[in-house]
Amino acid sequence: MTAAILSRRSVVFSGLSATGALVIGVPAVASAALQPPVMADGTNPAKEMTAFVIIEPDNTVTIRVPHQEMGQGTTTALAMLVAEELECDWAKVKVEYASANRNSKAGGNLYGRMQTVGSSGLRTSVAMMQQAGASARERLKLAAADRWKVDPAECTVSSGKCLHKATNRSLDYGALAAAAAVVQMPAEPAIRTPDKYRLVGKWTPRLDTTAKLDGSAKFGLDAQVPGMVYAAVWSAPVYGGSLKSVDEAGLKDIRGIVGVVKLKDAVVVVADRYWRAKKGLDALKIEWDAAGYGGVDSAQLNKGYVDALDKPMATAEKKGDAAAALAAASSSGGGAKLVEATYEAPFLSHSPMEPLNCTVALGPDRADVWISTQAPMAVLQMTAKETGLKPEQVYVHNAFVGGGFGRRGGAHDELLQAIAVAKQVGKPVKLIWSREQDIRRDRFRPQAAVRFRAALDGAGKPQALQARIAVGSLIRGGNGPQEVQASEPMATECIQNSFYAFPARDIGVLLKNSHIPVSFWRGVGSSQNGFFVESFMDELAHAAGQDPYQYRRALLTERPDALGVIDAMAKHSDWGQPLPKGRGRGLAILEAYGSVSGQVVEVTVSRDGKLKIDRVTCVLDPYHVANPNTVEQQMEGAVIMGLTAAVWGEITIKDGAPVESNFHNYKMARMVDTPARIDVHLVPSGGPKWGGVGEPGLGPLAPALANAVFAATGVRVRRLPLTHADLRWA
Amino acid sequence: MITLTVNGKRHDLDVEPDAPLLWVIRDELGLTGTKFGCGIAQCGACTVQVDGKPVRSCVTPAGSVKGAITTIEGLSAGLKHPVQQAWLAEDVPQCGYCQSGQILAAAALLSDTPNPSDADIDAKLTNICRCGTYPRIRKAVHRAAAAMAKGART
Repeated sequence: MTAAILSRRSVVFSGLSATGALVIGVPAVASAALQPPVMADGTNPAKEMTAFVIIEPDNTVTIRVPHQEMGQGTTTALAMLVAEELECDWAKVKVEYASANRNSKAGGNLYGRMQTVGSSGLRTSVAMMQQAGASARERLKLAAADRWKVDPAECTVSSGKCLHKATNRSLDYGALAAAAAVVQMPAEPAIRTPDKYRLVGKWTPRLDTTAKLDGSAKFGLDAQVPGMVYAAVWSAPVYGGSLKSVDEAGLKDIRGIVGVVKLKDAVVVVADRYWRAKKGLDALKIEWDAAGYGGVDSAQLNKGYVDALDKPMATAEKKGDAAAALAAASSSGGGAKLVEATYEAPFLSHSPMEPLNCTVALGPDRADVWISTQAPMAVLQMTAKETGLKPEQVYVHNAFVGGGFGRRGGAHDELLQAIAVAKQVGKPVKLIWSREQDIRRDRFRPQAAVRFRAALDGAGKPQALQARIAVGSLIRGGNGPQEVQASEPMATECIQNSFYAFPARDIGVLLKNSHIPVSFWRGVGSSQNGFFVESFMDELAHAAGQDPYQYRRALLTERPDALGVIDAMAKHSDWGQPLPKGRGRGLAILEAYGSVSGQVVEVTVSRDGKLKIDRVTCVLDPYHVANPNTVEQQMEGAVIMGLTAAVWGEITIKDGAPVESNFHNYKMARMVDTPARIDVHLVPSGGPKWGGVGEPGLGPLAPALANAVFAATGVRVRRLPLTHADLRWA
Repeated sequence: MITLTVNGKRHDLDVEPDAPLLWVIRDELGLTGTKFGCGIAQCGACTVQVDGKPVRSCVTPAGSVKGAITTIEGLSAGLKHPVQQAWLAEDVPQCGYCQSGQILAAAALLSDTPNPSDADIDAKLTNICRCGTYPRIRKAVHRAAAAMAKGART
């Protein structure tokens, strides 16, 4: 390999080509003169080695990551992937967000989609980050070889230094970075194989921890813009409804009020301080129109979803003749059985700890947005559309995200409101949703009902599975009530093409939406479908008179990864060890977001029906693990969030509007509710792909818990949350 | 006009006495480590200490506060407080939004109850963490208690 050392003035950009091939080192801009020395987003290409790696003279390495940090540890893990290849000193690594604006100017080809959804942060960017690190390392080596006038093949790297052992010379990366930045390579270097990993796979402290211990971590809510005013907002309580009238008399004695902005479906009070805006908002008398939905309540919706299970559906999957097998099982003798059960799941709110908020500053040729987002490119596009500016005139200052869970994946109602208000008041605006607005105007996890039928042969082995699924569409949601005989992937997760070997399968879907808006909620379809299908598998095992672990195991023989997970679950949970009446273990296993995830829950239920979760054993096979520390955190956190959802989680509807409004009536698990033991076992089995981590831990908790309750009490839970079930036993 | 003492510094502020302490700390003093979570004293993201006791600042009128206020920015210099050290050792935070409140609540618990049982932790640490960092918080509180018993200084 030979190094071509170019003039320092020739700016070298790096990134993905339109076809996705990595082209690090190839100039994307013809002349440095076209670029300002510091770009308007604050980045300075002239000081970069590549668009991903900046090495300062003091050897500090800044790694730019194209995904958002909302707690999952993705930024640390992505930096580890780069550092693994770069072989820099990990103690000197810093991370910063890649610029959406710059990505937009590069046609989206520099940093990719930059979305942090679908547990994709790591697995969709592994190759890009590894290549960024390897490319930087090779260019440092080539720069060193050129400096020393030696064969590059004689140069090695170690912990942030280039070495030439034959002459006992070494140079810090920091001393070589400027020269390395303009190295042209004929080909990109190979990525190392997992057996050579030294950093990846090791338990590594997060890079964002210290900033989160002293108050210095900046979230969207913490944006401070000179001259900004504050906005407090109430939207129509009934989604789709509109503003009828506002009586502003209550504002007259409140200091600092700037004005009232009336939007089609919201009222916004603007003031010089947030608390004054909120006080003003609370003093308004507002009348709303309910768009004809004022009579809708949960009882009607619940009945509607269960009734829909008898309606014609789209076929999502068909294999063999399930109908014939089911008919034979219901009529024949010889021990064959037909098992049928109907399950229900409610709307759920995301409720991240940081309520939605957005700060915008609009100018004639530039818009700046400060926001906690999972999707800065969507923010950029939406802002361009709403302001009439070009995407490259929009600057997204994305911060730490105070919880996402899908709520900040691109709908961003708060952004649209902030822009509308800023246009009217002509000043930078920080708009903050109250918790009440955040919960009642959430776009919820969809309500769903599913009916399963299965045919078991005389030995209890399943011959056919039929599923009827009625669930809100996430693609078509928010457009009023509708029923469509169609399917979408989120509707059938964990049910369609599931890893269990059923000889015949028939999966039907009716996408059924009410006027209540629905959206992606952590785990998406797997979060409710996991409960449905893994509860039903437990019912099948019970009907067959078999152990729920062994019963599933016999249906997973084609999937060594799933067998590895379920065997580890049994081993680490003391499965099979007897427990007295009133205590029980339940298990659940599913495949979601490219990983296999299983949990065993152990409970105690008192005779008067009080539930205590004693222990949760989590097993995950994500095929590869970048940072066991943050993967363990994701499993622990998924257990807690899954527990909240399974035990209490429910948004109910009355008079067309969500009833729950804050944490006094939308209950969250707290320390006192936390199981005494949550054990996490990671069993990465390797291979070509990387699995997701953020969401696969959600789905197993509810069914494992419900199955444990059945084992302890004989009470079968078919409707979430568990508050609907009477768990008393004698 | 009200007067507040925050992190050892006295501030005379031209705000209404009923202004919530949370927003005065954040928007008048610029100390944004204290977070807004619910506005009704349910979640504890806004927890600060007044004379060492945990207070939910979102429902506390600024004008009612007579004692010395400590926010996360004033708990220690350089993360020296044993609770911060324990949080670091256990790598507690995920999204991090609630952690200022969690740390101040835990520090207040330990100054009251130097060797808390799990039941004490359950009863006194009621702040909500949506990411579910509770298992690590529990470990960190025990770790901090042990360090303080060995003489680590707050």
